[in-house]
Amino acid sequence: MQTLSKDPFNLLITGVGGQGNVRMAEIIGDALQQQGYLITIGDTLGGAQRGGSVASHIRISRETQYGPYIPEGHADIILGMEPLETLRMLAKYGRPDVKTITGIRPISSVDIFGRRANYPDLETVMAKIREMSGQIWIIDAVEEAFKLGNPVYANMILVGALIGTCLLPLNLKSLEPVIRETLGKEFAINKKVLGKGIELAQK
Amino acid sequence: MVKIDVDEPGKKVLLLGNEAIARGAIEVGVGVVTGYPGTPASEIIDTLASLAKKLGIYVELGVNEKVAVEVAAGASFAGIPSLTVMKYNGLNVASDTVALLSPGNTGKGGLVMVVADDPGGISSDNEQDTRNIAKMLDIPLLEPSDPQEAKEMTKLLLELSAEMGCICQLRTVTRVAHARGTVTLGELKPGQHIAHFDEAYNPAMPTLTKYNPNPASLMHLISLDRLKTIREKFESSEFNRYIGPDKPDLLIVACGIGWVYAHEAVRLLKLGDRVGILKIGTVWPLPEKLVRSYLSRVNKVLVVEEMDPFLERNLMEAASDLPADVPRILFYGKRSGHIEPYGELKPDKVIKALSDIMNLSYQPRDEAYAKKAADLLNTLVFERGGAFCPGCPHRASFWAIKNALRMDGRDGFVTGDIGCYQQALMGTGFYQLRTCQSMGSAAGVASGLGKLGRFGFNQPVIAVCGDATFYHSTIPALINGVYNKSNFTLVVLDNNTTAMTGFQPNPGTGKTAAGEQAQVITIETICKALGVEVEICDPFDLEKSTATLMKQMDGGNLPRVVIMRRECELVRNRREKKKPYQIYVDPVKCAGADCGCNRYCYSVFNCPGLIWNDRAGKAEIDEAICSGCGVCLDVCPHDAICRREA
Repeated sequence: MQTLSKDPFNLLITGVGGQGNVRMAEIIGDALQQQGYLITIGDTLGGAQRGGSVASHIRISRETQYGPYIPEGHADIILGMEPLETLRMLAKYGRPDVKTITGIRPISSVDIFGRRANYPDLETVMAKIREMSGQIWIIDAVEEAFKLGNPVYANMILVGALIGTCLLPLNLKSLEPVIRETLGKEFAINKKVLGKGIELAQK
Repeated sequence: MVKIDVDEPGKKVLLLGNEAIARGAIEVGVGVVTGYPGTPASEIIDTLASLAKKLGIYVELGVNEKVAVEVAAGASFAGIPSLTVMKYNGLNVASDTVALLSPGNTGKGGLVMVVADDPGGISSDNEQDTRNIAKMLDIPLLEPSDPQEAKEMTKLLLELSAEMGCICQLRTVTRVAHARGTVTLGELKPGQHIAHFDEAYNPAMPTLTKYNPNPASLMHLISLDRLKTIREKFESSEFNRYIGPDKPDLLIVACGIGWVYAHEAVRLLKLGDRVGILKIGTVWPLPEKLVRSYLSRVNKVLVVEEMDPFLERNLMEAASDLPADVPRILFYGKRSGHIEPYGELKPDKVIKALSDIMNLSYQPRDEAYAKKAADLLNTLVFERGGAFCPGCPHRASFWAIKNALRMDGRDGFVTGDIGCYQQALMGTGFYQLRTCQSMGSAAGVASGLGKLGRFGFNQPVIAVCGDATFYHSTIPALINGVYNKSNFTLVVLDNNTTAMTGFQPNPGTGKTAAGEQAQVITIETICKALGVEVEICDPFDLEKSTATLMKQMDGGNLPRVVIMRRECELVRNRREKKKPYQIYVDPVKCAGADCGCNRYCYSVFNCPGLIWNDRAGKAEIDEAICSGCGVCLDVCPHDAICRREA
C-alpha cells in the first residue's frame, strides 16, 4: 500500500446538502484512521443543510492533528458530487496541481431569488473545472447509480472513483470493515457500487 | 461509526467532538445527562441517549433548557455527577437558574454544562460568545481545541465541579463540536452512585452567626473565593502549554480552535523559530501568573480566539499588573482589527494577520490562478440558498398561509420563530415570516400585536411554531394571549419530531430521549384546556388548509389555533423507504413558456424536485430529488403535473 504523497494531505469532498457527502467523508476518514493516520474532518454546511453548498474538509497526517478547515489554495484532491460545487471549491481551495474527481449532474438551487438566476451553462462549468484542475476524472455518478438501481448510490460510486485514482492509500479491503459497520445489511450492494466507481476511474 | 462505549483503553478512534464529550462523560462515570437539542450541541445527548439503558445512566431531553439545567442540578444536589447540554441560545433561556446555581453549592455530584457557540451563525440567527456569561456569573470555563481535548476537559470539569461544589462550563464552537478527530480512548468508569439529598443549598447559611435577611453578598463573596482557588489550580493545568523559542519576536496567545489555526499558520509561514504560541485551555478564570510569565518576555502579542476579544481583554488586564519596568506590550487581534471581530474564525484569517504583523507576503497560489478563481466566484458560481426538503409539509403549509393571507386582503402577515420553518424567511417559504427572534417568540410577538386594535391595528396576524417549540416556550405566550384577550391565529406546524436538530422526540411524540414509551401530551389537549378553538388540517390538503386559515383569521378577542399536522418527510422516508407516488409532467398539457403562468410550479412553488427543461421549454420532475408527495399537482393551473402509484 502506498503512503501519502505529502503531509498533511488535504481532501475536500463537496456537494449539495442531502447528497450524503458528510457520510462519505466519515467513511473515508474512518478507513484512513484505521491505518494509523491522524484524521480531522470539518463539515461546512453553508447556509442550510438541504439544498445548500456542503463541503467536508479531510486533513490526513502522520505528524499532527490538523484543523477542520483546509487553508484556501491548499486542497490536494477535490471530490465533487455536483459540478457547480466542484467549481466553487476549486475557486476557493484549488491550486494549479489539484486533482479533481467530479460528478456531472447539476442540481439547481431553489432559492436563487425565486430562480431568477439560472444555473450556468453546464458545458461552460465543465470547461472551467478542467481549466482549474491539474488532473481530472469525470464520472456520471448519478446516471451510473440509476443503472445500479438507486440514485443514492451516486456518492459511493464517487468514493469508488477516489479509490480507483490511487491517489490515497485506500482500497476496497481497507474500506470493507468501515462499510460493514456503517451500512450493515447493505454491504453487498455497496461493494458492487464501489467496484463500479473504481472501474470508471480506471477506464 | 464508532460506538462510543467501546471498552478498549488506548484505542484510537475517529470521533465527532460531541461524541468525544459524551465519551468523556462516561469515562468519569456520569449519572444524569439532560439537555435540549440545538445545533451544534445535539449529538452529545443523542449519543448518550442511545446508550442510556446499557450504561445505566439517566438521559433526558428537557422541555426546554431551563428545566433541563434544573433536572441536572437536582441530580447533582443528590450526589449524582450530571451533565447538561445546550447551544448558546439555550444558555440564554437557562441563565435565570444558572445565575443562582453559580453562587450556591451544586452538591457533591458535580454539575457541568456544555454550551456550544456557533460563530458565523452557521446554524443560528445571531453571534454570541457565552464566555461573557461565564465571566459575568463567576463560572469556571474551559475551551477545547479538538475532540480529544473536549473529552479530557469534560472529565476534568466533572471532577472539579464535584470537588468545589460549583457549576462549571465547557465552551465548544461548531468547529470543535462538529469536527471529527482522532481520539485515544481512556478507561470507562461505570458510575456507582447512591442518590441522597443532604446538601445545604446555601453555603453561606452555616457561617452565619445571626440572622441575615440578605445573604446574597455573602454568597457572592464565597463564589469569588472559590474562583480564586480555581484560578490557582489552573496555573498548573496541563491544558495550558507553550511551544516556541524562549524569547520569541511575537507571542501568539490562543485558545480553543484558535490554537489549531495559529499552529498551522506558524508552520505554513515557517515561523517556528521566531514566533511562540501559548495555548490556553483554562480560559476563565485566567491563570494570570502563568500568562504574565510569558507576556513579560515579549513586546508584541497576537491573540487568536473565536468570537469576542474575551481572552484578549483578560490578557490586557493581566498585563496591566506587570512591573513598571516591563516595556509596554502591543496587542494585536480583534481590537486592533488584524482579525475581524465578527464572523467565524478561519485559518486564512490567522495566516493573514500573522503575515501582516511579521511583514511577510503570503500567496498560496500563483497570481494567474488566483485571479481566475476570483473571477469565477464573482460571475459563474452563485450562492445557493437553503430550502425545505422535497416533500416537506412546511412548504405546503406556507403555500396555504400565503394564499389565505392574499385572499383575505387585509395585509395580514406571519410572525415566526426558531425551527426548520424559519426558512420561510426565504424564497422556499415564500418570504412569509416577517419576525423571527427566539423559541416561542412568534406567539409572544403576535400576542402583543393582537392587542393593538385600540390604536387602529386591523391586520390579521398569524404566529407559527413547530411542535417542539410549542412545548418549549409557546405555551406561556399562548396563555398570555388567552388571558389578555389578544387577537391572533397560532398555526402549529406539527411534523411530530424535532426535525431541525436531528429528529429528537418531544412531548408530542410518545417517546422519551432513551426511546421509552411515554404518554403523549397532545397540542390540542393543551389548547382546549385553555379554552381556545382548535382545528386540525393536513397541510397536503391545500384547499381545506387555506379555507380553515381564512376562517380562523377572524376571531375577535381570543387566540385561535390551527394545527397543520403531517409527519416530517425525512422521518416518513426513513421508515417507508419508498415514494408514495411517481410524479411526472404531462408534456402535452404543460404549455411551458407560452402558458402565461410564468413557470408557476418551478419559480413560485419552488420545490427542488421541480426543474425547468430549457430545451423543451417545459417543466419537469427531477426523479433523483422528487419525494413523490404530489402537492405540486394542486399548484399547476393546467393540471399538467400527474401522479401514478409508485
